[in-house]
Amino acid sequence: MEGYAYARPTSVAEAIGVLQADAASGRRSQLLAGGTDVLVQMRSNDREPRTLVDVKHIAETNRVDIGDEEVFIGAAVPSAVLNENAQLKALFPGLLESADLIGSTQIQGRASIGGNLCNASPAGDTIPAIIADGGICVIAGPGGSREVPCEEFVTGVGHNALGAAEFLLGLKFKTPASGSGDAYLRFIPRTEMDIAVAGAGVALTLDGGGACTAARVSIGAVAPTALLVPEAAAALIGTQVDAAALAAAGAACSAAASPIADKRGTVAYRRKVVGVLCRRASAIARDRALNNIGGSQ
Amino acid sequence: MAEAHDYKAIGTRPVRPDGVDKVTGRANFGADLNLPNMLHGKMLRSPHAHARIKRVDVSRALAMDGVYAACSGGDFPTNERTTDLAKNCMARDKALYHGHAVAAVAARTPYIAERALDLIEVEYEPLAPVLDVDAAMADGAVLVDENLRTNGDASKPPSNVAAIVKFERGDVEQGFAEADVVVEVDCRVPTAHQGYIEPHACTATINEEGEATVWCCTQGHFDVRSLTANVLGKSVGEIKVIPSEIGGGFGGKTIIYLEPIAVKLSEMSGRPVKMVMTREEVFRATGPTSATHCRAKVGAKRDGKITAASAWLAYEAGAFAGAPVGPGCMSILAPYDLEHFSIEGHDVLVNKPKVAAYRAPGAPQAMHAMESAIDDLARELGMDPIDLRLKNSADEGTQAPYGPVFPAIGFRKCLEATKAHPNYTKPKAEGTGRGVAAGFWFNIGMQSSAEARLSEDGTVTVVEGNPDIGGSRASMCLMAAETLGVPYETVRTHVGDTESTGFCNVTGGSRTTFATGLAVVQACEDIIAQCKQRAAATWDVDVEQVDWADGQAIPKPGVNVDANPLSLRDIAKNAGRTGGPILGRASVNAQGAGASFSVNFADVKVDRETGKIDVLSFTGIQDAGTAIHPAYVEGQMQGGAVQGLGWALNEEYIYDENGVMENAGFLDYRVPVASDMPMIDTQIIEVPNPSHPYGVRGVGETPIVAPLAATSNAARDALGFRIADLPLSPPRVLEAIDNQADA
Ligand SMILES: Cc1cc2nc3c(=O)[nH]c(=O)nc-3n(C[C@H](O)[C@H](O)[C@H](O)COP(=O)(O)OP(=O)(O)OC[C@H]3O[C@@H](n4cnc5c(N)ncnc54)[C@H](O)[C@@H]3O)c2cc1C
Repeated sequence: MEGYAYARPTSVAEAIGVLQADAASGRRSQLLAGGTDVLVQMRSNDREPRTLVDVKHIAETNRVDIGDEEVFIGAAVPSAVLNENAQLKALFPGLLESADLIGSTQIQGRASIGGNLCNASPAGDTIPAIIADGGICVIAGPGGSREVPCEEFVTGVGHNALGAAEFLLGLKFKTPASGSGDAYLRFIPRTEMDIAVAGAGVALTLDGGGACTAARVSIGAVAPTALLVPEAAAALIGTQVDAAALAAAGAACSAAASPIADKRGTVAYRRKVVGVLCRRASAIARDRALNNIGGSQ
Repeated sequence: MAEAHDYKAIGTRPVRPDGVDKVTGRANFGADLNLPNMLHGKMLRSPHAHARIKRVDVSRALAMDGVYAACSGGDFPTNERTTDLAKNCMARDKALYHGHAVAAVAARTPYIAERALDLIEVEYEPLAPVLDVDAAMADGAVLVDENLRTNGDASKPPSNVAAIVKFERGDVEQGFAEADVVVEVDCRVPTAHQGYIEPHACTATINEEGEATVWCCTQGHFDVRSLTANVLGKSVGEIKVIPSEIGGGFGGKTIIYLEPIAVKLSEMSGRPVKMVMTREEVFRATGPTSATHCRAKVGAKRDGKITAASAWLAYEAGAFAGAPVGPGCMSILAPYDLEHFSIEGHDVLVNKPKVAAYRAPGAPQAMHAMESAIDDLARELGMDPIDLRLKNSADEGTQAPYGPVFPAIGFRKCLEATKAHPNYTKPKAEGTGRGVAAGFWFNIGMQSSAEARLSEDGTVTVVEGNPDIGGSRASMCLMAAETLGVPYETVRTHVGDTESTGFCNVTGGSRTTFATGLAVVQACEDIIAQCKQRAAATWDVDVEQVDWADGQAIPKPGVNVDANPLSLRDIAKNAGRTGGPILGRASVNAQGAGASFSVNFADVKVDRETGKIDVLSFTGIQDAGTAIHPAYVEGQMQGGAVQGLGWALNEEYIYDENGVMENAGFLDYRVPVASDMPMIDTQIIEVPNPSHPYGVRGVGETPIVAPLAATSNAARDALGFRIADLPLSPPRVLEAIDNQADA
């Protein structure tokens, strides 16, 4: 591993300093959270020398704050830690399930949702769940911090909206209202250790009578980036989220998908399955929301 | 089911001697040996599936700092006797598949070696590739080898069909004419890799005398020795091969890829050279098993009596002749007692890696076709599929389709056990399907040697030459302990290198416990004979007057001598005074390997909206002869079942139109993970093999044979229609469901 360096900043300012210094000298730097993408890439095809800037020793990236208005999840918090947080699990069961799908128990000890998002794979499992939940990316950089809605953060396969010397601090969500529920489902040919052929995240809110007042639907692995599908949300809003509404939402997802055919599935297959997943995830989100009506979560 | 024996060691389940070192990471595998001044070798591989190699120039790579040697086809002996294997190790005038080795370098670090590969200049003339068995057999197909003629018949035009094999009996037309019901299945099974976790790896060094030493992971170091000698044009005696522990082989490590190249690079550089394949190289350039296209047809009377069966098989060999179509033809009808049949098999070249052995080579694909047809036949007849098989089952005295008459075999017992098995008698769950299929493998004997050395404290060291893949050292210890009448713990078995033990053929063909076991038993009997002589001398009686029982020499009943029994330990202690060290030896060419039959059945559930098939339960029932170590027999049955299930459900090589494999990694070449599988239930049937002192049959290969058809038949049951091709991957299944709905 010739030409590699490792930096372990403990503050936001220090991290930005390292990134700026590298940028100024023309040296490549790469952020490192759990490393479950980075190390694999380094060992397979990307051997170029660089500085690895480890972000997981900064207080902000490790924070989970649950307020009445807002929830903040630090970018580097491992999936296993998130899934042990009962309060967070009650608020965002779908998001946590998406993080719980990553790899295996061993991988989840390290894998973060910040890393999953920044890695910007079309098949990243937490991305549709974050988008459905209305996640906002909080970005730290030389000019201070800025915020970008998650659906605008991933700009292409392997590309994100971070500028020079910026990094992701964490994700911000509105604390869900009563009557809310979310869900994420993916399809893989196996049970684990696989990559999504299609995925669908759904978050919705029901009123006291069970009618859907708000919904967000996002699909993954069927386009270069995860997509927000307003047509699917529109098919749910104003309905009891009954079979007809579920079918309409599913059809909207199938229509919105623009998958490629590859070794993981044909275009027709992915289109069809993403609709099935949307329908099933919407039903789960609805049932969760029904359980939450009237209750403060 | 087991017959009553009063064995003491055999049939027990001690922990295998190599187990703890393996789970703690202490065991040394192929890539674990490092030597002083060692270099790292890397292979340059063809980017074309089919191309003429006009020129290879390694000079720029050699000039790079840190590079010590480079070689290509021109550095190896090339003449009319050059074997396919040699050309597979290093291409000569033609690259025959994407990933075919074209040149190699040795450098100070693997990274330097990799960069040096970029400096090797190769001028290719790309040719159109021929990529599947049907295209290769079509008129006017591109020829992989312009000089190849079917069955070597010089009067025929060149062809991609290297060989046609036929097996026939009776009059198959007449048999079909007599049938009330005839069914036919036409199916394709994709290329599948053994999926051993340990990639191929070796370290080689050569001395000033030209004597080479090779450390490697292999199923047979004696074969590595002769094959390496062949590729290098050396004599066998100039090469010593030391086997490491092996992280899976399943047939794929019975041949060589790296060893002669590493020796050559070592010779050129004067330093040891290590070569380790990446996973990608393992997929692209080592031998998987054949993709196949098979047709099976079977006809029967209303009462279920089969009147005729026929099969047409076409197997991809890869770039060189030698698909396992012969064994496929020989297995396909082995479970049945038939008057009329015909089987025709084709060994077909395509521009893909040369296939290698994979667990019961050729049988799973062939039997997938016929066992699917038998299942359809049972449906047509409205018969239970086990009853149909019982009605036609081969038994002791049946002439096998490939010639010999079966001695005692266990197929009927496996069928009867299935009918009585709780997993079979319990009703299917709502919305699930159940499928059964039969499996078979011949097993082989061949040559083995063993020594049993009695140490001065009475412990015994067994040395034999078969790399231990499935727990064979434990089985050797058990057979030695049983023969000698001593505790298992007092026997150690060691796998010797090519210089420290006698010749053994590969660990393959499920032969090791049978054939090498036989040699070990005979070596122990040799020890007993010598011990009896020592006791006779001690007691001053005739050796005929000495018995051996429970690990000690005793006077025969009625022999008038006042003597205490002499234990193995006593005799060992006094060996110096009674004639010197005691060393038992045996070498055998084992005859009479017992065929092993099986019946497997599976319950599956299909998600009709995603096409995903979940295997809910799977049961393997198999005749093991005598299970020396039942836990390792069950392990073989479970492991084989999982490999078969993986092949049935998701495993396949996916090629683009240029012959480039698109899924050369475990992410997209989907072997099952543990959570995909139900507990594989096993039941061992024991019909002892009359040709082995303890009744051993081979057990390791049969388990992969039946799962393909069992899964297919279960999916047929769940879906209401048959998907003949494999794998039953979600996209294929969903498409079939949609087509069925449209129809
Ligand atoms: C065996 C295995 C199984 C896997 N299974 C799945 C799966 O099922 N689903 C799935 O979606 N993924 C899977 N992955 C991929 C990976 O585990 C996830 O993407 C994981 O969430 C990455 O998180 P990490 O913290 O390890 O990221 P890292 O590897 O540390 O980083 C990933 C990328 O994000 C960048 N990055 C990290 N943190 C920041 C930050 N704060 N700001 C800016 N950039 C940052 C890095 O530079 C890098 O480009 C698997 C990986 C393995 C090895």
